[in-house]
Amino acid sequence: MKYLDEYRDGKIARALAQEIASRATRPWVLMEICGGQTHTILRYGLDELLPPAIELVHGPGCPVCVTPAEIIDKAIAIALLPGVILASYGDMLRVPGSKSDLFRAKARGADVRIAYSPVEALKIAHANPHRRVVFLAIGFETTAPANAIAAWQAKREQLANFSMLTSHVLVPPAIRALLRSPQNRVQGFIAPGHVCTVMGLREYGKLASEFAIPIVVGGFEPVDLLEAILMLVKQLEAGKACVENQYVRSVAYEGNLPAQEILKEVFEVADQKWRGIGAIEQSGLQFRPEYAAYDANRVFDLESIEVAEPAECISAMILQGLKRPTDCTAFGVRCTPERPLGAPMVSAEGACAAYYHYRRHVTPDLAEV
Amino acid sequence: MCLAIPGKVLETEDCGGFLVGRVQFGGIVRTARLDFVPEVNVGDYVMVHVGFAISKVDESEAGRTWEILREMGALESELPPEETDLASETSYR
Repeated sequence: MKYLDEYRDGKIARALAQEIASRATRPWVLMEICGGQTHTILRYGLDELLPPAIELVHGPGCPVCVTPAEIIDKAIAIALLPGVILASYGDMLRVPGSKSDLFRAKARGADVRIAYSPVEALKIAHANPHRRVVFLAIGFETTAPANAIAAWQAKREQLANFSMLTSHVLVPPAIRALLRSPQNRVQGFIAPGHVCTVMGLREYGKLASEFAIPIVVGGFEPVDLLEAILMLVKQLEAGKACVENQYVRSVAYEGNLPAQEILKEVFEVADQKWRGIGAIEQSGLQFRPEYAAYDANRVFDLESIEVAEPAECISAMILQGLKRPTDCTAFGVRCTPERPLGAPMVSAEGACAAYYHYRRHVTPDLAEV
Repeated sequence: MCLAIPGKVLETEDCGGFLVGRVQFGGIVRTARLDFVPEVNVGDYVMVHVGFAISKVDESEAGRTWEILREMGALESELPPEETDLASETSYR
C-alpha cells in the first residue's frame, strides 16, 4: 500500500479500515459524489485498503465532466467572434466539445483566458471596455455563489460588456435521479463536503428519509473519507437511514446563509442537461429574468446545438457508477488525459483521469510487456 | 473543482461594499473575498474556493488540510496567481 505509506496519518487510516472490516458483515455498495473525493480515494489507494465487502463507486460530482458538450461548443463559437474575450476556469480549456476545445480555439486566434475566480473575469471586463468579455461559469453549489456574486456585482457596477455562459448543476436532484434508476446499486452516499458547506444538510435529510438510504457528509482527506465510510457502514449494519455530518469542521446544518442568499438573488432552479447522463429535472440553475442582460445565451443569440457523445465513450455508465473506467475498451489506449474522448478523462477529478494517474492505467497490451 | 484551501485571515477591508481580506496560505499571502463569511475576524481560518471564503475552520484542521493539499499537488492550482486582485471596482481602474 505504497500510496498510503506516504500519508502521515497512515496508522489512523489503517485503524479505521480495520474497524470498517470488523463492522461489515455483508457487502455494501457506497458512492462518493464529489470528484475531489474520488481523487483522494484513488490517490491514497483507499479502495484497496478497504475490506472486499465495501465497494466504492464513483459519482457524477465533477462539474467539468458533466458540463454538456453543447456548452463547450457554444463557448468556442462565442470565443471565435471578433472582439470577444472568453474566460473560464483552467480545467475547462481542455474539455472536448463535439469537434474541438477552447485550447484549439485559442490556437486559432481566439482570445481565451484562464480565470482563477469569476471576479478576475470582471476585472478583465473593466480593463477592456471595448471588448465583450464572457465568463464560462460552471460548477456545483460550491462554485455557484461565486459565479452569482460576479453577475450581481456586474449589475451593480452597470458593466455592459460582461456576460456569463453558465452551466450549473445541483447535487440533490442527481442523487434522486440515481436512486430512482432501476439499475441503481448504491446503498449509501458520501455527500460532498464543500457543496454542503454552502447548502447545509436539509435536502440530504429529506433524501435519506424519502429513499431510506444513509447519507454521510464527508471531507476530502483520506481519514475523512474512511471515517465517513465507517459511519455509513455502522448505519447500514444497524438498519438505519439518516443524514450524518463527518465534515463538522466546515459544514453547519443550515449551510452558508449569505452564499445561499446571493444564489437565490441571481439564479432560479431549472432543468439541466448533464454530460453523459442526460437531462435531470430541476437539477440546474439559470439566470433570473432581472439578470438577462448578463446571460450570454441571450446576449449572443446562439443557435441551439445538439451534440452526440462519441459512441465508444462509456462516461454515462461511469458517471452513474454502473461501470468502472477500466471496463472501457478505449481507456488508456484511445482515451488518455492528453487525448480525452470524454470529459471524465479531462479533469483531474474525473474518475477516468484519476484511475489513469494513479496506477490503474495498466492496459492489457502493456501488462504483457 | 470543489476543493477549498484553508488560510489565515491577516487583514480585512471593506472595498466599495465588498469585504476583502489578505489571507495567508502556508507561506503564501493572497487576496480573497470574504462576502460569505461576514462574521470573520483577523486571525480566523477560512476555507477559500475560487477566491471566496465559504466557511470558517479551526487552526489545527487548517494546517492538516494544507499539508494534504500540498502533498496532492493540488495547492498550486487552487491558489490564485500572485497578481490577482479580487478587490472592488475601484481597484480595477
